[in-house]
This record gives sequence, structure tokens and C-alpha cells, in this order.
Amino acid sequence: MIRLLLRRLALGLGTVALVSAMIFAAVEALPGDACTAILQRDASGQRLENCRRELGLDRPAVARYLDWAAGALRADLGTSAHNGKRIASLVGDRLANTLLLAGCTLALGVPLALLLGVLTGLRRDGASDVVLSAGAIFAMTIPEFVSATVLIFVFSIWLDLVPGIVTVSASAPATAFFPGIVLPVVVLTMVMTAHVLRTVRSSVIETLESDYVQMARLKGVPYWRMVLRHVLPNALLPAINVVALTIAWLLGGVVVVEKVFNYPGLGHYMIDAISDRDLPVVQAIALILAAVYVGVNLAADMLTMVLNPRLRTLRARNG
Amino acid sequence: MTRGASRWRGVARSLFSRPSGAIGATLVLAHVALAVASPWIVPYDFKAISAAMILDAPSVAHWLGTDQLGRDVLTRTAMGGRQAIVVTAIATPLAVAWGGILGIWLGLAGGRLDDVLMRVVDAFLSLPWILKMLLIIVTFGAGIGVLVPTLAFFYGIPVIRIARAATHGVVARDYVLAARARGHGRPAIILREILPNVLDALMVEGAMRWSWMLLAFSSLSFLGFGVSPPTPDWGLMIADARSFMAIAPWAGLAPVVALSSLIVGINLAADALAKALGVDRAAAPVH
Amino acid sequence: MGEPPLIQVSALRVGFASRSGRVVEVLRGVDLEVRRGETVGIVGESGSGKSTLLLAAMGYLKRGLRTIEGSARFDGTDLLSLPRHELERIRGRRLALIPQNSGQSLTPNLRIEAQVAEVLRLHGTRPAGQNRERVRELLAQVRLPDPDAIARRYPHELSGGQQQRVAIAMALAGEPEALLLDEPTTGLDVTTQAHVLDLLSDLAAQLGTTMVYVSHDLGAIARVCARVAVMYGGEIVLDGDARRVLVEPAHPYARGLLASIPRLAGGALPAALEGRPPEPGGAGPGCAFADRCALAIDACRTTRPALAARPDGTLARCLRPDAVADLAPRAGARAAPDASTHDRGQALALSRLAVSYARQGLVDQLLGRPAGGPRTVDGIDLALREGEAVALVGESGSGKSTILKAIAGLVPRADGTIALGDGIALAPDVARRGPGELRAVQLVFQNPDESLNPRHDVATILAQPLGLYFGLSGEALRRRSVELLEQVRLGAHYLDRLPAQLSGGEKQRVAIARAFAAAPRVVLCDEVTSALDVSVQAAVLALLDALRRDSGTTFVFVSHDLAVVRAIADRVAVLYQGRICELGPVGAVYASPSHPYTEALMAAVLDPVPGARPRLLADDVQESAPPAQGCPFQRRCHRRVGDICATDAPPAREAGDGHVIRCHIPVEELRALQRAEAPGHGRR
Repeated sequence: MIRLLLRRLALGLGTVALVSAMIFAAVEALPGDACTAILQRDASGQRLENCRRELGLDRPAVARYLDWAAGALRADLGTSAHNGKRIASLVGDRLANTLLLAGCTLALGVPLALLLGVLTGLRRDGASDVVLSAGAIFAMTIPEFVSATVLIFVFSIWLDLVPGIVTVSASAPATAFFPGIVLPVVVLTMVMTAHVLRTVRSSVIETLESDYVQMARLKGVPYWRMVLRHVLPNALLPAINVVALTIAWLLGGVVVVEKVFNYPGLGHYMIDAISDRDLPVVQAIALILAAVYVGVNLAADMLTMVLNPRLRTLRARNG
Repeated sequence: MTRGASRWRGVARSLFSRPSGAIGATLVLAHVALAVASPWIVPYDFKAISAAMILDAPSVAHWLGTDQLGRDVLTRTAMGGRQAIVVTAIATPLAVAWGGILGIWLGLAGGRLDDVLMRVVDAFLSLPWILKMLLIIVTFGAGIGVLVPTLAFFYGIPVIRIARAATHGVVARDYVLAARARGHGRPAIILREILPNVLDALMVEGAMRWSWMLLAFSSLSFLGFGVSPPTPDWGLMIADARSFMAIAPWAGLAPVVALSSLIVGINLAADALAKALGVDRAAAPVH
Repeated sequence: MGEPPLIQVSALRVGFASRSGRVVEVLRGVDLEVRRGETVGIVGESGSGKSTLLLAAMGYLKRGLRTIEGSARFDGTDLLSLPRHELERIRGRRLALIPQNSGQSLTPNLRIEAQVAEVLRLHGTRPAGQNRERVRELLAQVRLPDPDAIARRYPHELSGGQQQRVAIAMALAGEPEALLLDEPTTGLDVTTQAHVLDLLSDLAAQLGTTMVYVSHDLGAIARVCARVAVMYGGEIVLDGDARRVLVEPAHPYARGLLASIPRLAGGALPAALEGRPPEPGGAGPGCAFADRCALAIDACRTTRPALAARPDGTLARCLRPDAVADLAPRAGARAAPDASTHDRGQALALSRLAVSYARQGLVDQLLGRPAGGPRTVDGIDLALREGEAVALVGESGSGKSTILKAIAGLVPRADGTIALGDGIALAPDVARRGPGELRAVQLVFQNPDESLNPRHDVATILAQPLGLYFGLSGEALRRRSVELLEQVRLGAHYLDRLPAQLSGGEKQRVAIARAFAAAPRVVLCDEVTSALDVSVQAAVLALLDALRRDSGTTFVFVSHDLAVVRAIADRVAVLYQGRICELGPVGAVYASPSHPYTEALMAAVLDPVPGARPRLLADDVQESAPPAQGCPFQRRCHRRVGDICATDAPPAREAGDGHVIRCHIPVEELRALQRAEAPGHGRR
């Protein structure tokens, strides 16, 4: 099994490397570069050439890519074209803020989704199932900015319970973000919970109809013991992958939510950087987001491998 | 082909027999009809500004009130879906077509090319959709000529995965083996044996793609990167209305209801369609 | 007689609500009594409701089913109306189930020990500290070698036979008063099946446990049960002593069913039963069997006969039970193998055919070596004459399907040649064969649900070969399609049906018609009747035989069922781990002298005759690959002579008239040894 895990790890690292190359190539392909962003209207002729030579932009693309990649491994992400500061420090705070947001969402959403998913699966077609499943469809399909807008209206403007906009700066400590973080977390949680709930529910339903659960029933195993020992360990395995996928989605959804609530996170920063054509920053943020996505999927796959007896021993029997 | 037609009638019937399918399909059809017919049935010109009637509450003259520039909200809401629906309705079949063809081909070919391309697909999908869209829009603008191919390209990529998986499921079947044993050529096998059985999964996926595209389109407009004023668009309207929600909630609520009802309708219909066609939708990739 | 029955099902009607709201009855009023210590077998085909009945006897109905009327009592209590927590106290402890597919019925995330110990913990009377030991005792009781190792494994690490035994151990753990068995040997190899049945009947005798054994396999039931009940269309139609029911059944369906089972000892094709079993809820107001019955009178279609006692104690649901004995059996057409093929030309020749699924590793590729490891199939030499039917027989892993696929060009060939009669060599890859060769070899698959494209109607299915090979279209195409359908005894109205609208037997006929559409010289049949009901199987076999005689096509027939092969083949090749052990005319191969493996197979097969006891010769061991050298059967052979079996490949010895045995033991010695041990096959 160690071999399988190592192979999967290698695959993950390879994917990150590939993504970094893709990001670099995409940014290269776009018209303009760091110098056109810095010089803006003055970007032409000798000034442009000088700038490029200074920043090393006249070197071949492959060399620049390798430099950048090597730097990224050392946590040196270059300098912002917009304000000349080191990207690593600009990004550091914001990354932490986004992780706070994502972390709260996961902490709230995953247990809730698992619990509700299992309950609706067990009480299939019951009143609670119908209501929750319908609610899940709504929560999943409505765009985040729409639910954000509605929630702001209801809880911030109408009921005046929580602030509708975050006014804290990027480098503020985590505690300063409460209670402003409440609504963004609620919006993100709604969507994530809905996705995971649906998958867990259908997995539980499928497991309940399996031959081995029927056999457990016919062995005289009491209901709750059957659920805990026979159903859940098998039904929740696919949930791991869905949670990983939703985290991936979370990275995209987080961007919109951060913008709507003015939350000083990585996603918000990314949009601003794109608007400002600050390409080195865009590159850096893209790499970070991709690495997180790949890392999460990697962890999910490895966890599944460890927990699924069938995968664990497959090698042993054949090898 | 009468067989094909009668199958579709059966599918339509079973779609409408489920309450979710009936509601969903009705919502979708209503929106499409509205998008087509609205320029002719709306009471006002969507551009007509009126300084005097800013943020008026709903009244007999303006059933849904007016927005911050005095424009009639009902008119703008009714027409707010046109751009979105036109762009996405063109891009969706394109996405399904290109992703489907490549996916089926990879599912059959296998081998090194398949391995390499799937790695590339995985890498590509690790970047947030909004990053990819914004990079393009910021460089090339947000006109229909840019959005349609961009959406079609980006949203076709997850379709590759689905088509490939569906093809893998079909290729292992005995009837494909039987066709190979008879000596039919590859293209004949793809067209006659594999495609009809993969098409169902692709259709359901196509409906879902449409809903994700609408979501992306309206998110972009909301953020200010999509449709430009004065063209009415739900995303844009919601963004504009945000600042005035305390005093004039109707200006934001109307497009919220419109957009949500369309997307929910598509999802309900897609779910019911999947059940009617017998397509298994476990853990379909999100974006 | 004074004691009430342990299991008593009374007037039980169970059904589900269909989409249109109509109630579809799966059980139409079943009465069954089982007394303590009895072993009762319930026989039925698909749609008979036997599995539903068995589960109902435990108080369990699958999702969507509900009790319409009646009761299922265990020791006086109706289980169907008992609340859940009380059921939990009876199930597993007093009444235990041995399920059909143990591989699927064991929880994948729990070790064997945990699952068996669970029963002990829930229902056991001994202190918990002794559970570990008790688990190992139980595993040993079901004859599992190395119980300690097995206890620590997960279900997917065990073979099918081992999983089944674990299920039996789990059922015995609660020391139940009654055992319910749901087709426990379906899907197991013949030799494994014999071992498991032997174990079951020994346990029944030792423990005196009441048993209810559900199966479609009459041979298995004959082995284990003293009493037999036959089910058809959701009701019991015959119920009585095994000796009477299996020898002189007093019901036309039972009689037809028994007549349609191919027998090992006979040589004739079994008599086919026309029609097919009804779908659940498809039976009309009268007797469910009326539309297939040769004795049916008008009253049979309008009144449902009651289960009435006959003078000898058997219960029969029939208006004319006395007339059944006079039914002349519709004997199969064929009597003896067709001798005329001796003079015909050669149709197909396999020479040194070998197939390997091993992949070339990187090192092999660099050194230009072929992939290592023993080949899946090796050294196959077989010559077929025109119009002959040659069968390839073996258990799982024998390579018989692989050989068919190699002939069809669907798997890569590691060595050897395949040639059609006039010397035309068949290319290893089907994609490289010319149209003439493609036409000449056609394949019919095992599972008719899978071999027909669900989106194509019958007309399209037939149009494919007709269009591809003969360029037919339009009216000519239609006419030829109808001709083909008539050849397989389906009417022209089948042309616009979809596979989903056809029964298993009808689908298989369409698949056969599709193969014959090419006017082939060789038809390859891969277990074509294994997925069909017994009564339908006989009809398809008769069809294949008739087609062969009419068209003179050569058949290669793959099966694991020795009796089916006896009925349909002229010659048979017995395969073990991809190598031919024995080859010859079917009568000669099935008689003595035989290769030890053939001997073991024959001894394990069960004819549906009461009191039949199979002999267990080969060990119940699943081999995953052939040994690197020597005889392929060396590790399981009960006649192993010594080291020579492990080092040298056995020579091919002639036993007369084209009968060849590959064994180190000379033919005469084999004959003498086998005659001394077993006077006649399969009987004690």
C-alpha cells in the first residue's frame, strides 16, 4: 500500500508542476506583461525595452519559468507590478484570511452535511427528507452572489443582526473578522452542505439496499448497530471525494463571496489584480489556488485508500 | 425515424409525469418564451431614464417599481435574461459537442494519449473557473463573440470526463464486442453502438452545463466584467440594486427571483430527465 | 404429528403496486408447512416467487413489497406482523439465513472474525471471552482450512467457495432451530458445489436442523432434501416426498421441468417446454400453467385449482393430476451422435494455439522477450469436421471462453495457428481479417441482456450482418430478416421489438438469428444457455441442434454444464487451466477410462435423482494460474503418481476411436482403477 500512496503523491506533485507550467504559459500568451502594467501608457519603445531588461523579461520563456518555479518552491513569488512589494508578504495575510473563511465553512458545513445526509438517507421519502432535499436543490443551484444579496437584505438590512460588509483590513488578526465573517460563511456553507448532503444521501440509500445490509438485518443485528457498523463505514467513503470536490468549488465560489462582502481574502485580491493587470500577482495566486486544490484531492484519495479495505489489500493479493 | 420519435415522446411524458420534472420544464419553457417575446410585450423602453421617478415603489404604472435611474424594473427584468440565455444556449450545445466527441474518442482510444490528456484536464480543472474566465475577458473583452467560444471551451472540459466515463461503461459491453467480432469498422461502432447509449448521459450533463454557464454569466455581470450597461441583465441589476436595498428592495428582488427560478427550473428538469432516461448521476463533477 | 409445524406459511399473498397503480402479486396464496427436522426443497424458475417466499418466512419483504393477505408463522408467531425488536431476537438465533451471493452478502469493511463474532455476541449463550475460540471452531466445522488466517481476512480476499462457507458458519453460530438457504451454490464451480452440498447435508444429518432449501437446481435439491415443493407463477403447484416428486411428478409443469433437464447418463436432447414462465402478476384467473399445458381444459383457464392431497400424500394443484402419468414425453430429436460427419471435410483447425494475458514489462520490452509467466491457454490442438459440434468443457479458469475469443480474433494470440477448412489462415486480430473470414466465424454470447444493443430493435440488429456481409437493404433485407426469424421460431412481428420487450429465451434466439444471418461456416457458442431458465434452455438447445443439422454448420460449444454438453455435442474437449486434458467422442469421454479431472467433474455432477450422492474427488481449491511445468492438474489430482506429474508434461495417450487422454497413467491402468472404485457414475 505504501507504494500506491507514494505513486499517488507523485501524481499530485506532477499535476501541480503541470498546472504551474500551464499558468505561466497562459499568462505569457496574454498580450502585455509586467512592464506594460507598470508603465501603462508610457509602455513603448526604449522605456519598455529598458524595463524589460531590468526585470529580466527579455530572457527566453523557459528560463523565466524555471526561475519562477524555483522561486515558488522557496516561497518567493516575485514582486507585484502594481506596487513593487514582495508578493509573498502581500499574499500571506490574504491567504490566511481566505483559509479562515474556508475553515469556518468546512467546520460548520461538513458535519452538518454528513448528519443531514445520513438522516435523509435513512428516512427516505419521509417528511424531513422531502423538505431537506428540496432545500438542498435550492441552496445548490442559486448563485452565491444571489444568496449573499438576499441574506444581506434579510439579516443585515432588515433585521440588522450582522454587518453586511467587512471593513477590516487584510492584516487584521482573526478575531477582528467576527461577526463580519458570519454571513459569508453562511452563504458558502449553504452551497457546500447542499452538495455533500445530496451525495451522502444517495450513497446511504444505495448502501441500505445492498445485499450485505439485508444480510445484517436478517442476522438479527439491531437497527442502530447496523447503521453504525455496516452502513456508515461503506456509505461515507464516497463522501470523502465529494467533500474534496466541493472544496475545489469552494475556491471558485470564495472569490465571488469575498468580492460581495468586501472580505480581504485571496479571491478578492485576485480580482483586483486582474483588473489592474498585475500579472505576477495573478500568476502567484493561481498557483496557490491550484496547489490547494490538488493537495485537497490528494489527501482525499489517500484517505480513501487507507480506509477502504478493498483498495488496501488489492496489491497484497496480486503482488 | 419513428422509433426515435416515439422514444422521445415517451421520455417527455415520463418527464412531465414527475412533479419536479413538470415544474422544472415549465419554468424553463416559460423563461425561454419570455426571452424570445419580451421586446414585443414589455410596457416600456428598457433604456428609458426618468430623473423624476427614481426608486419608486411598485404602482399601477410600474408594476415592479423603478430602479435608481428611473427605469421600469418589470421591463428590465423581463428582458434581463435575453443576453444570458442566448449566449449560454448557443455555448452549451457547443460545449457538449466538443467535450463529448473528445471524451468518446479518448474513452475508446485509451493508451498514452488518454493518460496525458487526462492529466492535462485534471490540471486545468484545478484552477478556479472565475480566474480562467476573467483572464480572457480582461484581455479580449466581453462581447458575444468572446463569451460564446470561451464558455463553450471551458465548460466542455468537464464533459470530456463524463463522456469518457460513459464510453468506458459501454465499451465493455458484449454488444460492442459482438460488433467488433462481426468486423464493423471503428467509426461504425462509435456511431451505431456507442453514441446512442452515451447520448443520454450527455443530454443530462448538457442541461447541467447550461445551468452552470448561466451562473457563471450572471456572476461575471454582477462583478462588472460581463454585460455592460445599459443592456439589462439580471446579474448587473442585482449588483446595481445592492446599494439601494434598504430603501428599494424590489429593484433587487425581481431579478433575484427571475434568475433563481430559471436556474432551479433547469436543475429540476435535469434531475427528472436523468431519472426518466435512467442515467446515474452520482457525484457528477461540479464545475 | 401432534406438534405444530415449526414453519407455517398460510394463504400468503405478497405483492407490490406497479406504476399504473395495479397490484402485482408475487406470491398468489402460498401454503407451506415445515415440521421440525424436515429438509424441504423449494424448486422454481424465475418469476416463481421462491426467494420472496423464503425471505417472507423470516418476516422480511424487500422494499416495495407488502403483505396482502395471510401469514408466515415461526413456532406459532406470525413474523410478518411482529415489531422490529422482536424480529431481531428471532433472526440469527432461532432462524438463520444462508444467502445466495455470499460475496455480496458479507460486509466489506468488517473482517470475517468480526462478522461471525457479531452473531455470537448478539445471540450467544456463552461468555464473551470464548468468542474468539468459538469463531475458529465454527470455521473449522465448515471445513475451511486454516481458520485462523481466514478469520483475520476481509471478505473480498476469499474465494467464492470460502465466502459461502463463511456464510454457513455465520448462520450456524446462533445455533438456530431452522436454516433457510437461498440458492447457496449458484455461481460456484461444479467441484466446489459438490463439496458445499456435501457439507450441508452432513450438517443437517448431524445437527438435526430443520432446513428449507430454495433453488432452481433440481440436482442440488435431490442431494439435500427429503421433501420437495415445486413453485410456478407465485404459488406452490406440487408438494411431496422427494422420491415421488422427482420421479413421478403429479403435475404437468413439474413433469415438463424434469423432462427438460439434460441428464448426464442419457444421450438425447431434453424435451423442450413451450412458452416461458409468467412475469409476476402475469398469470390469469385460472391455473398459472394453463397456457403451456398439454392437458389444459377450459376449466383450467377459469378456475384456480386448489392444492389437493393425493392418495400417496403428495399435494398437487391441478385439475387433472391423474392424467400426468400418461403424458408421452416429447423426446428430443436426436438419439446418437451424427456419424455422417466422419466423411466430411475439415471446417476449422487449431494448432498449438496459445494465449497469454500477461503484459510485457519494461525489461521484457527492452530485451525483446515475450511476456513471462505461464500462458492462460497453451498447446491447443483441435480439428473440427464440417457439421460437427465440439464442446469445450471446464470450470472457471479453464480458458474455454478465451479459446473462443481467440478463434474470433478478439484476444491476442501468443502462439499457434487457426485455419478454416480450405487452409485459409485466420489472422490473430479480427480487424485484419477479410470479409470472407469475418463471415465464416460468428459468435453467440452468454448473456442475452448484454449482447444486444438496448437501443436497437430486432430489425436493426439483423440488418447489421445482412448489410455488412451481403449488402442487403430495403425489401430484400426485410424478407431475409423474416426468414431468419422464422428459422429461430420467432414471427415477423418481432422485427420492431426492442430487447427490453423480449424474454431471455427470445433475446437469445435473436442473437442466434444474428449469427446465422452471416451464413457462417463456424458458430461459436459461449455458454449460451447458462443465463436461461431450465425449461427455456431445452428449447434453445433443440433449436441449435436443428439449425446445425439443417445448415451443416460447425459448432464450437463452450459450457461448464456437463449434462448440456452430453446432450448437444458430438465430441468434447475437457479443459483445465487452459490445457486440454482429454478429447474424444462425448460418449467415450464420459465413460471410463477418463482423465482424473474428467473423472472428478463427472463424479461431482448431480442428476436430479433422490438419494444421489456425488463423490468428492478433487480438493476444493481455487487455482489462479497453471503450474509452470508438468501436468496442469498436478496439485489437485487424486491419482497423482509422483514427481513425474510435476516435472513432465503428460503424453497424449490413445484410448481408441479418436479418444485421447493426457496423463502419465497408461489408459488400461486408468480403466482398471476407475472401474474398481466406481461401479457406474454418480450413484452409491
